[in-house]
Amino acid sequence: MGDVFVVIEHRQGEIRDVNWEMLNLASQVASDFGGEVVSVLLGSGVDDIADQLAGASSKVLYVDDPVLENFNADIYQKNLSALIDEHKPTIVMIGHTAQGVDVAPALAVEKDLPYLTDVIELRGEGGKPVAVRQYYQGKVNAEFSFADADTYILTIREAALEPIEPAQKGSVEKVEAPAKEEAEHRKFVEYVEAEIGDVDITQSEMLIGVGRGVREDKNMPMIEELAQVFEADLCGSRAAVDAGWLPHDRQVGTSGKSVKPKLYFAVGISGAFQHLAGIKGAKTVVAVNKDPNAPIFAEADYGIVDDLFKVVPKLVEELKEE
Amino acid sequence: MKTFVCIKYVPDTSEADVNLNEDGTGVDTSRFSFDINEADNYAVEEAVRIKENHGGSVTVNSIGPQDSEVTIRMALAKGGDNAIRVEDSRIYEYDPLSIAKVLAASIKDQEYDLVMTGCVANDDGNMSVGVALAEELGVPHAAMVKQVEVQDGKVKAHRELEGGLMEVVELSLPCVLTIQTGINEPRYAPIKGIRQAKKKELKVMSLDDLGLPADQVDESASKIKLNQLYIPQVEAKAEFIEGEDAEEKATKLAEVLKKGGLV
Repeated sequence: MGDVFVVIEHRQGEIRDVNWEMLNLASQVASDFGGEVVSVLLGSGVDDIADQLAGASSKVLYVDDPVLENFNADIYQKNLSALIDEHKPTIVMIGHTAQGVDVAPALAVEKDLPYLTDVIELRGEGGKPVAVRQYYQGKVNAEFSFADADTYILTIREAALEPIEPAQKGSVEKVEAPAKEEAEHRKFVEYVEAEIGDVDITQSEMLIGVGRGVREDKNMPMIEELAQVFEADLCGSRAAVDAGWLPHDRQVGTSGKSVKPKLYFAVGISGAFQHLAGIKGAKTVVAVNKDPNAPIFAEADYGIVDDLFKVVPKLVEELKEE
Repeated sequence: MKTFVCIKYVPDTSEADVNLNEDGTGVDTSRFSFDINEADNYAVEEAVRIKENHGGSVTVNSIGPQDSEVTIRMALAKGGDNAIRVEDSRIYEYDPLSIAKVLAASIKDQEYDLVMTGCVANDDGNMSVGVALAEELGVPHAAMVKQVEVQDGKVKAHRELEGGLMEVVELSLPCVLTIQTGINEPRYAPIKGIRQAKKKELKVMSLDDLGLPADQVDESASKIKLNQLYIPQVEAKAEFIEGEDAEEKATKLAEVLKKGGLV
C-alpha cells in the first residue's frame, strides 16, 4: 500500500524517455501516498534495463519471461492485473503513449479502478490523488479528484515533465511471470521500420515547419519559396502530413521525428504538445500564427501574431533582396 | 463484415478562444462550430472501404445531441447503412469509461465483426474509449491503427508507434480498432449519398432504451470527479515582433533573423 508503480516502457532493448519523466513525478509524490517508487518492468532478457532503473527507483519489480519479449497489450494486461492484486500499489503510472493507451483503459475497466488520462500534474491529498489534465488541446485545464479506491490508474503525458537524474541504488526483485500464456486473440507479428526519405530532417540545420494554418496544398509553393531563402528543409505537424502536403518522414513530434536545427520556423502551427515534444532540441524557434494564445509561442523565441499569408510573402521579399 | 463505427461530435477549437461558462463548471461552446471528430472521420472512411471491398454493412454509433444528426447523416452519406444516436443527459461525459459502457450497451446484443473509432478525440484527448469498449465487449483490440488488412476471420493491424515505427499485430474477429489519422484519404460525401442518407434509419436511444441503468454511467457512478476547470496561463517565452501591419512585422523579423545570423 502507498507505493507508486511506474510501468516501464521499453522497445527493442531501449528504455523510452517517458519512464524517466514518470519516475521524476513519482519521486515527487510518493511521500504524499506514504510509499515508495517502484519501477515495474515486463520483458524478456531485461536484466540490464532493470539495473538502469534501479538508479531512479526505490525498487525495481521485474518479470522476465520469453512471452514478454515484444509488447502485447493482452499479455501486459494480465500480468499487470496480477501484480496490482498482489502488491496493491496506490498509484499506477502508465505513459500516455502508443503503448500506454493500448493497455491502460482495458486494465482500468477490468479492475474497475479510477482512471484518468494524460495527466500533467499530480499531488496527494489525504493519501488520495488530485490530478490535472487538459481539454481542447491545452486551452483548458481540469483538476480531478477521485473516489476512494485501493489503486488509481493514471496515464502520464510524455515530454511534459523533466526527466529524473538517476542518483540512488534501489533494490531489484525478479519475480515469476504471473501470466505466461500467449494471448489467444492478439498476436505480435513484427515491427516495421519507417521508410527513409530523401531528406533526414533530424540532421537538418534549418527547418520550416508547416501546420494546419497553411490550409491547402496550393499554398505550399509559398512555403517552398520561404524554405529556399533560408536554404531550409520542409517538415510539418501531423495535420500537414495527414493532409498529404508532406511525406510521412517529414513529420515532427512524438509520432514522427525529434529535430534539432539551428532554426525552426513554424508556419501556421498551433503547437500541440505532441509537436512541441519534437522541437525541444531546436536552438531558435520562430513562429507565425494568428492566435496569440497558440501554445507554440511558449516554445518560440520570436513570434509574429498575424496572417501568415501576408507575413510569409513579405519576409521572402525582404530576404531575397540580400 | 458487419462493422460498427463510433463517432463523436466535437467543437472545432483550433483557432478559437475557449472561455468557461459563468460558474466555471463547463466550457462555453455556444460560439463553436461542431463537426465529426477528425480521427473518427478516418474511421468512417476505413469502415466504408472495408464494406466496399469485403461486403457487409456499416452502422454508425454516436452519443450526442440532436444537432449531431447532421454529422451522423454525413457518415451515412459516405456509405454508412444505418445509425444509432444515444442521447441522455445523465451520462457523465468526463469519464471515458462511462462513454465506453454506453457504447458497449448499444453494440453488445447485435451481430458484429469489427468495431472502429478514432484513436483520439480532439476535445478531450483521452485516447481511451475504443480500448475500454473492447474490454467491455470482451473482444481483442489494437490502438492507433494506421493500416488494416482484413483476412479470413482475422485482421492484421499496423499500430503507429513513436518515430514512425509500426507494430504489426493480428487480431481474431470480432475486435475493436482505434484508428489513427492519415490511415486513408477520407472522401467527401457524394450528392447522391447525401440524398439517400436522409432516408436511412437513425435510431435515437436513451439509457433506458439501452437497458443500461443510469447509475452505472452517471456522475455518481464515475470514480473521477471534476473539481474545477481553469484557463492555464501560457507563459509565452516568445519575444513578439510588433508592428502596424503584417508587412511591417515581417520586415522587422527579417532584420532580427539577419542580425542573429539565422539566414
